Amino acid sequence: MLEVESLACLKGDRLLFRDLALRLQAGELVRIAGPNGVGKTSLLRLVTGLALPEAGEIRWRGESIRREREAFHRELLYLGHAPAINDLLSPLENLRFACAAAGDDVDAETCMQALVRIGLENQLDLPARVLSQGQRRRVSLARLFLSGQRALWVLDEPFTALDVKAVADLAQALSGHCAAGGMVMLTTHQDAPFALTPRVLDVGAYAC
Amino acid sequence: MLSTFLAVLRRDLLLAWRGRADVLVTLAFFVIVVCLFPFGVGAEPNQLRAIAPGVLWVAALLACLLSLHRLFAQDYADGTLEQLLLSSEPAALWVTAKVLAFWLSTGLPVVAVAPGLALLLDLEQGALPVLVLSLALGTPILGLLGAVGAALTLGLRGGGMLLALLVLPLFVPVLIFGAGAVEAEMSGSGAAAHLLLLGGGLAGALALAPWACAAALRITTD
Repeated sequence: MLEVESLACLKGDRLLFRDLALRLQAGELVRIAGPNGVGKTSLLRLVTGLALPEAGEIRWRGESIRREREAFHRELLYLGHAPAINDLLSPLENLRFACAAAGDDVDAETCMQALVRIGLENQLDLPARVLSQGQRRRVSLARLFLSGQRALWVLDEPFTALDVKAVADLAQALSGHCAAGGMVMLTTHQDAPFALTPRVLDVGAYAC
Repeated sequence: MLSTFLAVLRRDLLLAWRGRADVLVTLAFFVIVVCLFPFGVGAEPNQLRAIAPGVLWVAALLACLLSLHRLFAQDYADGTLEQLLLSSEPAALWVTAKVLAFWLSTGLPVVAVAPGLALLLDLEQGALPVLVLSLALGTPILGLLGAVGAALTLGLRGGGMLLALLVLPLFVPVLIFGAGAVEAEMSGSGAAAHLLLLGGGLAGALALAPWACAAALRITTD
């Protein structure tokens, strides 16, 4: 479904990696590994189409993602390093906006359930600036429960700042998505209890 | 199609309301700049009346410039901009929503207080409708052109100064026709030509600036 071919990434004037290839089939979970600064986040941003590769191509369902950008983005969920949470809005307002901005029509009741499920039932109406790092991360992760119809999940360090139980819940949700035929691509330095051992792609092997 | 547009518009207006101190600062800046002129050039009514259109327009332009850098800065810092760029809706659409919300929260208050300040400068009452109309047509152009500049200077060190250097020259035609409309009305030659040109400029900016702004945002977030 997702094919990455001879990808090269240039950051500033330094070539981070080249000839990187990856094929992701339905139901697969791949962990992007490698030391700091090797280009894991850059790879994820290339795959989402937020950044343009120096060389190589990324195809989704056989079509270049640059040509079929809108169709690809309808099936993509990307949660980056920055949690995309505005301090002046409550978790509920943030989540509803995130869904609406992505083009998903989700009502307030469903958003509320997702936030309760991720453990924020007492913070629904607080402004996000009073939330802890882990709670902010949870707000953006709540979108996972509302994005089951999006086939490809690309997650940059989703486990950062989460407690042990939340990590286990998240790993279960990701495994569930793969079991339902979805695909997950994530970076993490942490061990998480996935149902299946994820495939590991070491970006360091393609470093220049 | 309109769901992203409406979501962005609603959110940005809500944010403007929650952070209304910023909006009030812009408005206070506009009022103070205009009030400084009588102290600087003297309280001679004829002189004030002659410079009133230009003073009001330059102050409106500076007030707009003062808040332009805020247009994308917060969304860029917290990652919301990335999420918006990953929307399946065309980026030009939500950029338009952001500029509209920006204009409603900073441009419209300026347009609303301008007649009061015009009276302070002893502008003829007959010219007030033209002043309001010219500002109402002109300030959205400032917002649209400024959004392109704000997108291009996003995340740069000293972006605020660079933004001013980049967009102030582009504001010159708007200033000429905006202030010119009020002067033409005062001199009795009629402001229709100036206002039509402003309207045309607004239509052109509305058609082109969101696309340019969207392209600039894709470049700066790359």
